Amino acid sequence: MSMTYAPGEPTQPAGAPPSLQVRLALYRRMVELRVFEKRVYDVFLQGLVKGTTHLSLGEEAISAAYGEAMRKDDWTFATYRGHAHTLSRGVPMAPIMAELMGRRGGLMAGKGGSMHLTSVEHGMMGSYAIVGAHLPIANGAALSAKYRKSGQVAVCFFGDGTTNIGAFHEALNFAAVWKLPIVFVCENNLYMEYTAISAVTAVEHPAADRAGAYGLERILVDGNDADVMYETATRTLERARSGEGPSLVEALTYRHAGHSRADPGKYRPDQEVAEWMQRDPIDIYRARLLSQGVDASVLGRIDSDVADAVAVATEVAKASPPPGEDLIMKDLWSDGSSTWRN
Amino acid sequence: MAELSLREAVGRAIAQEMRRDPNVVFMGEDVAAAGGVFKSTVGLLEEFGPERVIDTPISEQAILGAIMGASMTGLRPIAEIMYSDFFAVCWDLVVNQMAKTRYMTNGQVSLPLVMKTGNGGGLRFGAQHSQSIENWAMAVPGIKVVMPSTPRDLIGLFAASVRDDDPVIFLEQKALYASKGEVEDGEIVEPLGKAAIRRQGGDATIVTIGTMVPRALEAADRLHQEEGISCTVIDLRTLIPLDAACVLDMVSATGRLFTVEENPRVLGWGAEIASIVADEIFYDLDGPLVRIATPYIPLPAAGELEDKTIPSVDAIVETIRKRMG
Ligand SMILES: Cc1ncc(C[n+]2csc(CCOP(=O)(O)OP(=O)(O)O)c2C)c(N)n1
Ligand SMILES: [Mg+2]
Repeated sequence: MSMTYAPGEPTQPAGAPPSLQVRLALYRRMVELRVFEKRVYDVFLQGLVKGTTHLSLGEEAISAAYGEAMRKDDWTFATYRGHAHTLSRGVPMAPIMAELMGRRGGLMAGKGGSMHLTSVEHGMMGSYAIVGAHLPIANGAALSAKYRKSGQVAVCFFGDGTTNIGAFHEALNFAAVWKLPIVFVCENNLYMEYTAISAVTAVEHPAADRAGAYGLERILVDGNDADVMYETATRTLERARSGEGPSLVEALTYRHAGHSRADPGKYRPDQEVAEWMQRDPIDIYRARLLSQGVDASVLGRIDSDVADAVAVATEVAKASPPPGEDLIMKDLWSDGSSTWRN
Repeated sequence: MAELSLREAVGRAIAQEMRRDPNVVFMGEDVAAAGGVFKSTVGLLEEFGPERVIDTPISEQAILGAIMGASMTGLRPIAEIMYSDFFAVCWDLVVNQMAKTRYMTNGQVSLPLVMKTGNGGGLRFGAQHSQSIENWAMAVPGIKVVMPSTPRDLIGLFAASVRDDDPVIFLEQKALYASKGEVEDGEIVEPLGKAAIRRQGGDATIVTIGTMVPRALEAADRLHQEEGISCTVIDLRTLIPLDAACVLDMVSATGRLFTVEENPRVLGWGAEIASIVADEIFYDLDGPLVRIATPYIPLPAAGELEDKTIPSVDAIVETIRKRMG
């Protein structure tokens, strides 16, 4: 069974809707991603974050749903646009914010930065900033799970633009041949950096239309519908865990902001932006929950809890000292050193 | 004790480590059922089965990605990149991923993996199957670089590479596959970062590695017989970590340094050695530091041309004789 979505006709979830508990967790997570990343935007403008950031504003439903559906010991592999995916695995906000600010209390003590968020203890196996590189790497984790019969699944997120790099095709074939326990999730936000994916791709749906080339089901879903995404996540994770092999999911979505902090996003038609702003995943979900009888005060409480938590995390991060030069020469090698000669 | 070729040593080295540790798996193109294009991995599939000895598609990025992800999550994988030239199509995985991940993650991720590959020239294969990538590899902080010159060292250094918790590029010199050496029975492990002094002499120190080791030794014998020049020959065995102390000791004692390098000259490892020596023991030197290397060209295929590009015994003898004169 495949689900398709053409803009303007939202898909309905195919299976039973998730439990209320799950739905409230999804709502909370999406709000957390939204408020956190808006704060990242603010602190960037205040000069507290240098370099670059790539936000997932507008794309929250996808990582939130997978984060909620994954087993604790499953693995996430994400891109430079990975704040949301990291938070979705339950990594606390303060060390992420501190990492963006380049502080000692950062997730990697300031050595990685925004584009490389990693927290192995949470199964967040890295954010990779060379387009396509992490698809083959995620395969390796899946291969190890299969070899050790651990039941773990690797979930690998990437963008539409990534479907045109060789590593994508090598990885899909490799995963299919060995029926690896992996889910490839293409977050199709219609643009690579500044170029529309349709302008540079031979097929309309860059991931879904290529699934058949690897013997995989064509899965095209509404990435702005958290229920659809949760159902898709559950189904694809289950398939991987039960030994049936990989899935390639194309989730349609749209980023509210530019590609990165340097980008005002002027290349996107106003009309298109306006239409997609109407399809905000959090607004849609809030309205749905309310219409299904969830009390507004329950959602209001979540909103204010999250706002408080983001404010606290930001202050904790700001209070963290700079990393300290002692870290510079550490941890090139497994003995903790960077010694290359005697 | 047995006499083994370097080619046979490869199979024995992999088997030694796979028998010892069930987390060791091995993958590459044509390595399992066919036993490898160099026939160095014959019999491994039969002994260890298809879950541990894996034939892959021609997907170098997928191969290196797979061993990286597997090594992050509990395995100690080995991959073969058939010819080292092919690293050019998957170098991102080496340079940007494997080499940087531990550092970027503040030590969260360990990558105990080995990339073994057929390296170097001398077989008339032409420029795209004769590359010496030791300098590329050495230029990337975070990758260990190993190049054995004898069958025994191959086994011992391979074992250490598999047991090491960091990513290793393991260079098997194709020109040495047929060369033979005595290898004792039982487990062999040699430490990384320790050079071997293959010959001792008082007049000059030759620092070399890989295919150039037997050539340097033959040249040293001839220099002794023909010119009365007596040379120490150091086989570095690993470029990262580098046994600089051994080089400094021997060059201090002899007062002269010659490097013999198969790689193209510009920014070859010998330049790093020469710079260390010039910087740290300049006043122990009795003459210029001299590098003998392949020139700055792609390798030509025809034997007559290739033999004139890669340092030969004649070229080594001639250069040292002239520069010591
Ligand atoms: C190999 C490589 N080429 C180019 C880039 C520069 N770059 C960074 S992000 C990006 C666009 C990626 O688009 P997509 O896969 O759709 O992901 P999105 O940013 O839209 O989430 C590009 C071209 C890169 N990081 N790596
Ligand atoms: Mg995109």
